[in-house]
Amino acid sequence: MVLVLAIGDLHIPHRASDLPPKFKSMLVPGKIQHIICTGNLSIKEVHDYLKSLCPDLHVTRGEYDEDSRYPETKTLTIGQFKLGICHGHQVIPWGDLDSLAMLQRQLDVDILVTGHTHQFKAYKHEGGVVINPGSATGAYSSFTYDVNPSFVLMDIDGLRVVVYVYELIDGEVKVDKIDFKKTATTRSAH
Amino acid sequence: MRAFDELRKLEMFFKDESRHGVSIVDLYELVQHAGNILPRLYLLCTVGSVYIKSNEAPAKDVLKDLVEMCRGVQHPIRGLFLRSYLAQVSRDKLPDIGSEYEGVTCLAPLWKDADTVTDAVEFVLQNFTEMNKLWVRMQHQAFNWALWSQGPGRVREKREKERSELRDLVGKNLHVLSQIEGVDLEMYKDNVLPRVLEQVVNCKDELAQYYLMDCIIQVFPDEYHLQTLETLLGACPQLQPTVDIKTVLSRLMDRLSNYAASSTDVLPEFLQVEAFAKLSNAIGKVIEAQVDMPILGAITLYVSLLTFTLRVHPDRLHYVDQVLGACVKKLSNIPKLEDSRVTKQVVALLSAPLEKYNDIVSALTLSNYPRVMDHLDNGTNKVMAMVIIQSIMKNSTCISTDEKVEVLFELIKGLIKDVDETVEDELDEEDFKEEQNSVACLIHMLYNDDSEEMLKIICTVRKHIMTGGPKRLPFTVPPLVVSALRDIDSGVRTRIEFSICHIYCYVVYLLLMVNLKKADISVVLVRRLQRQDGDVAGEEEPATPKKILQILSQTIEALSSVPSPELALRLYLQCAEAAGDCDLEAAAYEFFTQAFILYEEEIADSKAQVSAIHLIIGSLQRMNVFGVENRDTLTHKATGYSARLLKKPDQCRAVYACSHLFWVDDQDGLKDGERVLLCLKRALRIANAAQQMANVARGSSGPVILFVEILNKYLYFFEKGNSQITSAAIQSLVELIRTEMQSDSTPDPAANAFFSSTLRYIEFQKHKGGIMGEKYDSIKV
Repeated sequence: MVLVLAIGDLHIPHRASDLPPKFKSMLVPGKIQHIICTGNLSIKEVHDYLKSLCPDLHVTRGEYDEDSRYPETKTLTIGQFKLGICHGHQVIPWGDLDSLAMLQRQLDVDILVTGHTHQFKAYKHEGGVVINPGSATGAYSSFTYDVNPSFVLMDIDGLRVVVYVYELIDGEVKVDKIDFKKTATTRSAH
Repeated sequence: MRAFDELRKLEMFFKDESRHGVSIVDLYELVQHAGNILPRLYLLCTVGSVYIKSNEAPAKDVLKDLVEMCRGVQHPIRGLFLRSYLAQVSRDKLPDIGSEYEGVTCLAPLWKDADTVTDAVEFVLQNFTEMNKLWVRMQHQAFNWALWSQGPGRVREKREKERSELRDLVGKNLHVLSQIEGVDLEMYKDNVLPRVLEQVVNCKDELAQYYLMDCIIQVFPDEYHLQTLETLLGACPQLQPTVDIKTVLSRLMDRLSNYAASSTDVLPEFLQVEAFAKLSNAIGKVIEAQVDMPILGAITLYVSLLTFTLRVHPDRLHYVDQVLGACVKKLSNIPKLEDSRVTKQVVALLSAPLEKYNDIVSALTLSNYPRVMDHLDNGTNKVMAMVIIQSIMKNSTCISTDEKVEVLFELIKGLIKDVDETVEDELDEEDFKEEQNSVACLIHMLYNDDSEEMLKIICTVRKHIMTGGPKRLPFTVPPLVVSALRDIDSGVRTRIEFSICHIYCYVVYLLLMVNLKKADISVVLVRRLQRQDGDVAGEEEPATPKKILQILSQTIEALSSVPSPELALRLYLQCAEAAGDCDLEAAAYEFFTQAFILYEEEIADSKAQVSAIHLIIGSLQRMNVFGVENRDTLTHKATGYSARLLKKPDQCRAVYACSHLFWVDDQDGLKDGERVLLCLKRALRIANAAQQMANVARGSSGPVILFVEILNKYLYFFEKGNSQITSAAIQSLVELIRTEMQSDSTPDPAANAFFSSTLRYIEFQKHKGGIMGEKYDSIKV
């Protein structure tokens, strides 16, 4: 069992001052094995904070990130799953599932994690999964009026991944669970 | 002390004697014939104690006799010990309430003047007075020549040390006094305290005054202090100027505030005796009287007073302000503090209310707060400003009026603008960033749900941050813009709700009219309706968002000249989207124009151009406010920029992204299949060119992956039902890629994988069946 935290679009301090305290108290060091961050942190302090939660941190660059060391896309393999990360502002139309699916094919990954829209999304798509963890700070977005702060925790176990969505709605943390199974290992055939 | 133990044995012996028939009175007379005065008096005290115990004489008479007799020894140290012994033996024999010696009048049972507490107090007070005199006199004692030879300083030092060691002998009397149960508040107030203070003031000795004041505060109960505050504090300015009065007063205030904290029942008492006013007055007088008191002492006193106020009267903010005001007065002749210890105290003074109230809004009402802050040096001023911001953050305090925002910015002005140009170079880059990021965070805490009020706040914030200069603007402008956009959003929402509400009203009114069919009522209703109509019209004109957007336009402009063109461009695009949401076509167009101008004039870096162009296309794709003409102009521009990027692959990608500008899923009017195809064909041409260039320049094949990307775009529009994209075109593109890959001497694994997964996807769609399956049927992979 491997726990992977997917988080992004914090926009500190441009659009929010900090993570919600309730999230901060849940995110404690030592429990998470990997963090994948879609970008828009936007400052170093946030990077340091994430690093303190788990040293294995993978970040891609959001349009407000000044740190040019962050790549535009990144892939990594965890257990039997290949994961791809991208902020998503490069994928036009923004947040469009079919276009994200194209990126997923391009990166050749089982799970694609993107951000930018500040709306939590999780789709199953031709055997793969496309996840948007939303904005962890509930930062302003032109996509929607009310942005609920949210992040995603993935529990990867063998061929199975359970996606937990933590969403802060009216001050209460709601947890949702979505189950995905990798059906065939067709990818290795090519 | 061991000698005292021996004497206790003697006391036991005398007791035995009296049991053996020797009259205690005789014994009392007998010991007075001892030759030397010192042993004589020790003996007398010992026998006297037995005498009292025997109940053969009233305690008060014996005690009075003893305390007078002890005057015989005037050598300070000897006298002190003798009297200390007397205090010890007599301690359990004082005629206190409830003690066996109270009211004992054995010799004359009908004697009116029975032993009372008053006598006990009188005895202890007298002993105390005498002891204190001896103690004070110690310093004038004939000096030791041996020590003198080592220098007068040494002598004095040694003597002070000796005196310090003996101080508890004197203090013990006060302890005894506090233990006498009969000393009630009345007696303490009328007799004990005035007498003790009189001695303290009159002895004019620094050491004694400090010690005894402290002693009084420590040994007597808090409620006594509270009720006698005036008397006690009255003595303070009369003390020697060198006495460390601030420590004494601090301890007193500490005790009183602990007492107040012990129970809420005692609070009315504090109010009743006007404790704050008295303390505040006394401190003022002490500071006035001790002209030499260093500024540090004065500020420390104010810190104690403030702590007291915050603990005892947390609800009385004007007390806090009063203390700060007094501080300002004291600091008035020092423009900037230099002594680090004083600075520390002032910081403590300013931090205390923040910690207590956990709410900056209270501090903002303190008119003297910023005035005290002004006295801090620039560095500390910034630290304090950070403390304020952190307090706001920690407590998530919302600052909701522009007046408060104004005061707040006055407090943190050290962070907002350059106060002193000369220190610019010393600025630590990291610190500066941290500070400015804090300010940025702070801006999110300044809001009001009411749009009118929010507009005022935005203007105030803007006014202040615009003074920040080029280094600060990139930090502070984005949060302001977002904060304003958030407000516009909520404004849009309210307006929608408002309209729905009004529609509902109309329906109700119309129904009423139809049902009642009464002319007069109808007239009234029509009138009301008309008025309502006017309201709606007024409300529906989005004046506020327009205004806010205008302000933002100017604000971002400042940022673009800083120069932070990339950030400014992003913000312009954000604003354009917000304007679009408000149906403000002209404003949205203006924001795009600004973004384009920046792109053309300020963004030269090719990487920055690539990301900027994608953002431009991305936001333009989402806009649905534009009419045909404006939209055409903007998309034409964007496509032009895309084709002029430096690197061919970047060109290609931007151009195929532009295809989405002509095909928007949820907008029926925006499905121009022909122009989509034109974009994709153009992208293909660029990919070809890139390939040829690579061949010529490096002898290798170019980026095949571009073709795979374009293939995927073809598939996208094919699925969306764009009739211009045919299965034949897709088929030939697949074949093209296959040939390219086979001829590629250095295959790109990423391109291969992408192509494989694309083919797999086509396969997947073919087998899906239904309409999609049919569509894909003719494509062979």
